[in-house]
Amino acid sequence: MTAVEEKPGRLISGPGMLLVWFYGVMVVGAVSRSAYQIATDFGRAPLAYSLSAVAGLVYGFITYTLVRGGETARRVALVCCAAELAGVLIVGTWTVVEPSAFPDATVWSDYGMGYVFIPVLLPLTALYWLRRSAVRRPGPEA
Amino acid sequence: MLNALTLVTGVAALLLAAWCGWAAYRDQPTKDWHFIGMAVVSLLAVVQLVVGIVQLARGEKPAQGTTIFVAYLLGAFACVPAAGLMSLAERTRWGSVTAAAGGVVLAVLEVRLYDIWGG
Repeated sequence: MTAVEEKPGRLISGPGMLLVWFYGVMVVGAVSRSAYQIATDFGRAPLAYSLSAVAGLVYGFITYTLVRGGETARRVALVCCAAELAGVLIVGTWTVVEPSAFPDATVWSDYGMGYVFIPVLLPLTALYWLRRSAVRRPGPEA
Repeated sequence: MLNALTLVTGVAALLLAAWCGWAAYRDQPTKDWHFIGMAVVSLLAVVQLVVGIVQLARGEKPAQGTTIFVAYLLGAFACVPAAGLMSLAERTRWGSVTAAAGGVVLAVLEVRLYDIWGG
């Protein structure tokens, strides 16, 4: 299905579209959740709510770079996805090791269990996709 | 009333997801019939939004708070149309996968709505 001429930097063709959908869902989920929690009851779990807000911002930025496309955006998105993965792993481990620091859950609690582990699966998929979307060379090498 | 509607919408969303998933499995983009299906599911979400707001106006209180309830109603309302637009932009099997993912997300939202309303 290569009938449509593809711009080299386009990141949202094919599986990329699915990726953007899930990132969009996570943006809405994380941003609205943290906005509500920070507005109503910030004192209860400031650390957890701030982390959710940061997660929302990272998701928003990655979504923007994916939609924008191009080689620079691809590199920036790669770095952000790596940061996101690190965030999920660090915060996830943190919530498991020291639950007392988190009176309420964050988006990244327990490696994103409350979101069907999408937060940990998404950056892995995105990293794979972004690496594969690097300027494609002819030849069998992947 | 609202719980019945939540159940119907959730089941319809899952059917839509299965249908679009089947199209993706057969390597097909979403077609007119799929979009009619998405329109039906979206219509259910609109009815749910209206019924939910009417219930609130009559003074009923969701178990987990009005703000969260309204936010989820709006999310459920926007979910399938957004996925539908994206599958319009992506005329391959991946557009079908995206539409299917939209159905799954809506089904999850319906489960949460059921909890929030306090079924």
